[in-house]
Amino acid sequence: MIQSVTVVRALVRRALNEILRVPGAAIPGVLAPTIFMLGLSSVFGKASSLPGFTADDFRTFIVPVGLLQGAGFTGAATGVNLARDIEQGWFDRLLLCPAPRVTLLSGVVASAALRALLPGIFLLAVAFSLGVAVPTLVALVIVTVLVMGLACAMACFSVTLALKFRTQQAAPLMQIAGFIGVLFTASYAPKPLLADWLRAVATVNPVTYILDGVRQGFVGGVTWADTWPALLSTVGLIGVLGTLAARGLRRYGV
Amino acid sequence: MTDRGFSLRVVVALARRAMLGSLRRPQFLAPLVLFPSMFLAVNTGGLGRTTGLPGFPKVDGFLDFQLAGAMTQSLLLGGVATGIATALEIEGGFFDRLVASPISRSAIVLGRLAATGATAVLQVTYFLVLGFLFGATVKGGIPGVLVVYLIGTVAAVGFGAIGQALALRAQSAASVQGIFPLVLVVLFVSSAFFPRDLLSSPSDVIATYNPLSYIAEGMRTPIIEGVGATSVLEGLAAAVVVVVAAGGVALLALRGRLREA
Repeated sequence: MIQSVTVVRALVRRALNEILRVPGAAIPGVLAPTIFMLGLSSVFGKASSLPGFTADDFRTFIVPVGLLQGAGFTGAATGVNLARDIEQGWFDRLLLCPAPRVTLLSGVVASAALRALLPGIFLLAVAFSLGVAVPTLVALVIVTVLVMGLACAMACFSVTLALKFRTQQAAPLMQIAGFIGVLFTASYAPKPLLADWLRAVATVNPVTYILDGVRQGFVGGVTWADTWPALLSTVGLIGVLGTLAARGLRRYGV
Repeated sequence: MTDRGFSLRVVVALARRAMLGSLRRPQFLAPLVLFPSMFLAVNTGGLGRTTGLPGFPKVDGFLDFQLAGAMTQSLLLGGVATGIATALEIEGGFFDRLVASPISRSAIVLGRLAATGATAVLQVTYFLVLGFLFGATVKGGIPGVLVVYLIGTVAAVGFGAIGQALALRAQSAASVQGIFPLVLVVLFVSSAFFPRDLLSSPSDVIATYNPLSYIAEGMRTPIIEGVGATSVLEGLAAAVVVVVAAGGVALLALRGRLREA
């Protein structure tokens, strides 16, 4: 058990070191969600004047979307980095170490959870400086848990793809899942204002409930009714996508 | 055979190789249209009611308005894909073998860009068909469609040159991949997704100087209004400016890489 924790910690540290060693590769992922938030609010800001919009300010409404985008980007980056390690042979050497493959997967995924905090903190700092109201401490804790959880889920997904395609060229496929998951929700407008088909998709999309859980602290107040579906959706996504990643890792090189 | 004829054959051969490489692995080509299709769907489904906002141009539907934005985004992603492919050739050593061969250096750059242009024709076709399937119309008729193809293809070559310049400088596919989110930045500070008059500050100001605004509007006007000389010329001029500027930077980057080698 202790050895597994050591391996996980080493893999997390290696992933975090990459941020310092290759900042050029990490900076876009950190900036992107903020750019997304600023860009969307700048382009579609007038949408908040539509009758039935639940927030006075489009920027406040869109900040949670940016936070989840950051988690999605980080998860995808984890898969891209793994694909690079596979291409360069480092991953094959890693598999030779006497650690269970699930432990290796845990290390890779845990690094995504921690790295997801970077774009989130940067986004919130910019949003607060631009006048977005600071949520309560409880709301911020919920936001942190959900953002880290979604990053884990997306990392599992992109790891599955990396193990299957074994090339960095699969990167767009890794990123698209995060985009689809986060945007096909009530991301741009409250559910009643969505087109019928998008409302139907948003209703069955688990990320909608995660978004609601994150958004509650920014628009309105924290309620258990918005929190438990968000937590359940996060755990469910990690469970399903983690199983796929573990299966891919088990079959890798066999 | 003349030098020019030989160079042309090299360009065609490299373009063919690049196209075949893309077509053999369609899973990597698909995101070029999937991402923008997704944005198109989400924008249309989420913000369709904004066509009723005061100041929004008269359109048959938000899909008609958004089509040009989706095409612009797709073509920009094509530029990123061009950069990634070039970077992978550098990482894999193929690029160095090309440089060592007795062919023109500019043909190496142009071959990949020709493939980017050909891919752009497919991308524009995809979005036009998608639009037609979901009820969009091109008010400019066949001349309007041709204008969309013309501006789209020229702009795509320019975006491809930007990707190549980045790849030649960074020499790493991961670094080129990292600019993917920045594609959104340049789109957000343009009128690709929303009318310029309805943008908030500072996008409204930046959009005026962003060539993407003119490229997107150049493709949009034939769709929502009809072919108009001003928008077509502005769109084409903006696309040509991108080609010339980015092509120059790509050639300079190639020269720099050769000096380092």
